Amino acid sequence: MDEKQSLETLSDIKRIMERSSRFLSLSGWSGVAAGICGLAGAAWGQQVLLRYQGSLSAGGQGLDGLLLQTQLIRQLFLVAGLTFFCALVSVIVFTWLHTRRRHLPVWNAGSRRLLVNLFIPLIAGGIFLLGMLYRHEYHFIGAGCLVFYGLALVNAGKYTLTDIRYLGLLEILLGLVCLFFESYTLYFCAFGFGLLHIVYGLIMWKKYKG
Amino acid sequence: MKNPIAQLNKLFESRIRLGIMSVLMVNEAVSFNDLKQLLDVTDGNLASHLVTLEENGFIKVWKGFVGRKTNTTYSVTRAGEKAFKQHLEALEQMISGLR
Repeated sequence: MDEKQSLETLSDIKRIMERSSRFLSLSGWSGVAAGICGLAGAAWGQQVLLRYQGSLSAGGQGLDGLLLQTQLIRQLFLVAGLTFFCALVSVIVFTWLHTRRRHLPVWNAGSRRLLVNLFIPLIAGGIFLLGMLYRHEYHFIGAGCLVFYGLALVNAGKYTLTDIRYLGLLEILLGLVCLFFESYTLYFCAFGFGLLHIVYGLIMWKKYKG
Repeated sequence: MKNPIAQLNKLFESRIRLGIMSVLMVNEAVSFNDLKQLLDVTDGNLASHLVTLEENGFIKVWKGFVGRKTNTTYSVTRAGEKAFKQHLEALEQMISGLR
């Protein structure tokens, strides 16, 4: 065994260790697709808000105002839910296509671990925010979504490309700043769930060639 | 200094055995099927290498059930961990020693 062989063996070991402990086949396009869903969702949310403000100034006071507010919350909830669902589906589809092209397994110990660790903070956050909605506490929902999503990404970053960790840190920071600028929440969400994903996806696409 | 070649472990000369150890070093417990998928080898080939490693006390075998199907998982022992680390050190010494 000579020097070259030892080097090869060592890099083989490193590759196998990486491949067996992390799911590395996330596609950059899935980030871009999720970002587009995020932007579309924010635009739709903006429409809903404008309509609400329109009908409020058209004389929605007292009981009418309260009804309008309930309707607004319900509609925004629907927008957020649908956006999340579309983004999730597009990430799964693009990642599946990506792994199939490379003849790699999409459902293995690595992707299982990634999903479990992504969803622990995400589900905890989701239930927490639903509890806030139940108590009619609407001020921090947007910021809370960003923070919990960021925490989920930081946690998931241990089981996939480490770059996800930085995306997560940015989302957390954005959510925390958003706490102090409540009236701009929708813009913060558009930036965090839309633009950041697109930029991240493009960087990944360039860095890992796909 | 001891000759690093003498420190290399004969058991790890096989790429598959080295691969098995690499996977088990960074994962607590790995199933037979996951090992097969990761290392891209046939059932028989993998099984025979696993037996060799087990007989040498480098890995532990856990037999369990998922429903009615057997689910065998493997993890590394203290001795296996030590041997693997020594092997890695020897490899590194060979690279730096010859420079």
